[in-house]
Amino acid sequence: MRIALFITCLADTLAPATGRAVVRLLERLGCEVEFPQSQTCCGQMHFNTGYRRECVPLVRRFADAFTGYDAVVTPSGSCAAMVREYHGQVAGTAGDARLSAAVSAAPPVYELSEFLVRVLQVTDVGAYFPHRVTYHPTCHSLRVLGVGDAPAALLRAVRGIDLVELPAADQCCGFGGTFALKNADTSVAMCADKVRHVTGTGAEVLCAGDNSCLTHIGGMLSRLRAGVRTMHLAEILASTEAYDVPSTHDGAERVKSP
Amino acid sequence: MSGATFLGMPSFPGAAKDALADTQLRRNLAHATATIRGKRTDAVGELDDWQELREAGRAIKERTLRHLDRYLLQLEERVTAAGGRVHWARDAEEASRIVVDLVRSTGERELVKVKSMATQEIGLNEALAEAGIAAYETDLAELIVQLGEDLPSHLLVPAIHRNRAEIREIFLRAMGEHGAAAPDGLGDAPAELAEAARRHLREKFLRAKVAVSGANFLVADTGTAVVVESEGNGRMCLTLPETLISVAGIEKVVPTWQDLEVFLQLLPRSSTGERMNPYTSTWTGTGTGTGTGTGTGTETGSGAGADGGEGPRAFHLVLLDGGRSDTLADPVGRQALNCIRCSACLNVCPVYERVGGHAYGSVYPGPIGAILSPQLRGGATESDRSLPYASTLCGACYEVCPVKINIPDVLVHLRARMVDGGRRRPVPKPERLAMAAASWVLAEPSRLAAAQRAGALAGRLLPGRRGRGASRLPGPLSAWTDARDAPVPAEESFRAWWRRTRR
Repeated sequence: MRIALFITCLADTLAPATGRAVVRLLERLGCEVEFPQSQTCCGQMHFNTGYRRECVPLVRRFADAFTGYDAVVTPSGSCAAMVREYHGQVAGTAGDARLSAAVSAAPPVYELSEFLVRVLQVTDVGAYFPHRVTYHPTCHSLRVLGVGDAPAALLRAVRGIDLVELPAADQCCGFGGTFALKNADTSVAMCADKVRHVTGTGAEVLCAGDNSCLTHIGGMLSRLRAGVRTMHLAEILASTEAYDVPSTHDGAERVKSP
Repeated sequence: MSGATFLGMPSFPGAAKDALADTQLRRNLAHATATIRGKRTDAVGELDDWQELREAGRAIKERTLRHLDRYLLQLEERVTAAGGRVHWARDAEEASRIVVDLVRSTGERELVKVKSMATQEIGLNEALAEAGIAAYETDLAELIVQLGEDLPSHLLVPAIHRNRAEIREIFLRAMGEHGAAAPDGLGDAPAELAEAARRHLREKFLRAKVAVSGANFLVADTGTAVVVESEGNGRMCLTLPETLISVAGIEKVVPTWQDLEVFLQLLPRSSTGERMNPYTSTWTGTGTGTGTGTGTGTETGSGAGADGGEGPRAFHLVLLDGGRSDTLADPVGRQALNCIRCSACLNVCPVYERVGGHAYGSVYPGPIGAILSPQLRGGATESDRSLPYASTLCGACYEVCPVKINIPDVLVHLRARMVDGGRRRPVPKPERLAMAAASWVLAEPSRLAAAQRAGALAGRLLPGRRGRGASRLPGPLSAWTDARDAPVPAEESFRAWWRRTRR
């Protein structure tokens, strides 16, 4: 199976540690991962803000970049949902028949936890992470993709983890792309409640499957010096007794000395 | 009595900011929405075929809207045959004028009202007041809103933003000015407040000669109007007065009683979390014609008034367009007309829960209001244009909608309509320029890589940088950093790492 990693523009630029963790994790599970270098962005920000015309070249770019692979894996529920649910619509609205054909012929796109649990059919990925963790199920993973229990099942199988339930977990963190800027006050109010729930668990690490939401909640945790760090699901799953991924937004992996 | 109106409200972000500062409001809303959410989840969970019911509800609405002209004419014919009169209103103004004229022709100067969204939409109470006619709201929550000279903030529980201490104060202050006063020493126990309202309203019910209602459904097949409620106050208005005037949007029609059956399951479970609502009133004209009231409801009237029985002697049905035909013309936006006003989307919406209904500046608040109001009102105002952006697109509303309105899809569609409308502007807004620039950069990997290198460099130069985050960003991005640290581009992007280590 030829697997292509769609890193997403956000993780590529702001959280490359997530991408490195996905590669490490999938290779550990015996997959061969390729990174098509012509990829850029799924176009979600443009599409969701109403800029359909500006979204078209990004959809075309995506279809071109991933042609010929058997599956595309991405560490973002939100971007996976954009490709799966809306690329066809963007091509259709643009009235571009060739683009529509390319979109329909594109390989299936899986969010990471979906790919692990449903395609590879593993829940124990051999990870070790001896920390208190709480998990925020991001809205698009939950409601558009319907990943269900997959991320929690993966986390429960991690050795050493102290996984605590997040109250009101299914409530949005208030990010919403440009919503965080256009309606900053409401966005912050939603995030404040999310942060209150997170700190209430006593967790040391907040985990999610989307760097966008983690950037949002993490931005407030950092501002408050709350003493909670954020990590992408891939980073926890990539951690083993011999290999430690310290933080989502920290570039330096460390190989533990034996 | 009620001077409040939604006209001239600021756009959503500003109104939301004010609402967010009201700590009592935040507390009241969080408590109330959490309670209703829980009840709904339980009530829906009891049905194994809930998803099939939703699909049936959606399909019936879609089919009805596709042949709306035919069903409306059938409805008119059946209502008329049953002794009622049908009036067609193009817009709010026309609808209000029809109702005012009808009330005037009875010679009455006051009337009682059943809770109705359509009459709020057309600003009927204000139009009646201008004509010197007093309209008394009889739904308990609407009464609270009216006495408080306030605005409703929820479709189903319009006084959701008030707690019982506030309601007690409103009753003590205002009831006496408009009828039977609240008893001295009124406490804030729900039973005491309900008893005060009962006494106040009973006097109005017994005196009123005219009632105004809305309609939850209109059955075309028999010309039957349906009102669904919890208190029985609606039933009083629908049965006691001599003249009944009902105002309903044209999308309220359903073809048959078999179709109605689906909605009578979907609506109570979605809105109040009940298996069945306490009062379902149905009536068919005035019963003087050939129409018959055949139904399974808890109360079926054939309005046999003129035959010497009970019920109003005159029945008028005002059918309101009010932007609905225009909404119907939009293939994506038209699904907003499926709405049965259950308010489940409000109760699950994380935005609504924090800002409440007033911030939406529209009779229809919450997620459904954000897609319905700009369409019904034409989307010309700044407030209308801000509504489709009043959502994070989290999808909780779509998940609970009993008629499967894909609210996030319609929101995005309306955003695109607003953006496309703005393209005619000679001077583009900064956002449009930024979006165009981002699209240009992201269209080519080489441009993205260059932007990442520039971003990493700029990130190092940012003021107030701490660790790997920035505490202060310039321009519009400062809205982010006012309360949140911002990430800065990594020293080495993922694609640079891949190129360095793998190729």
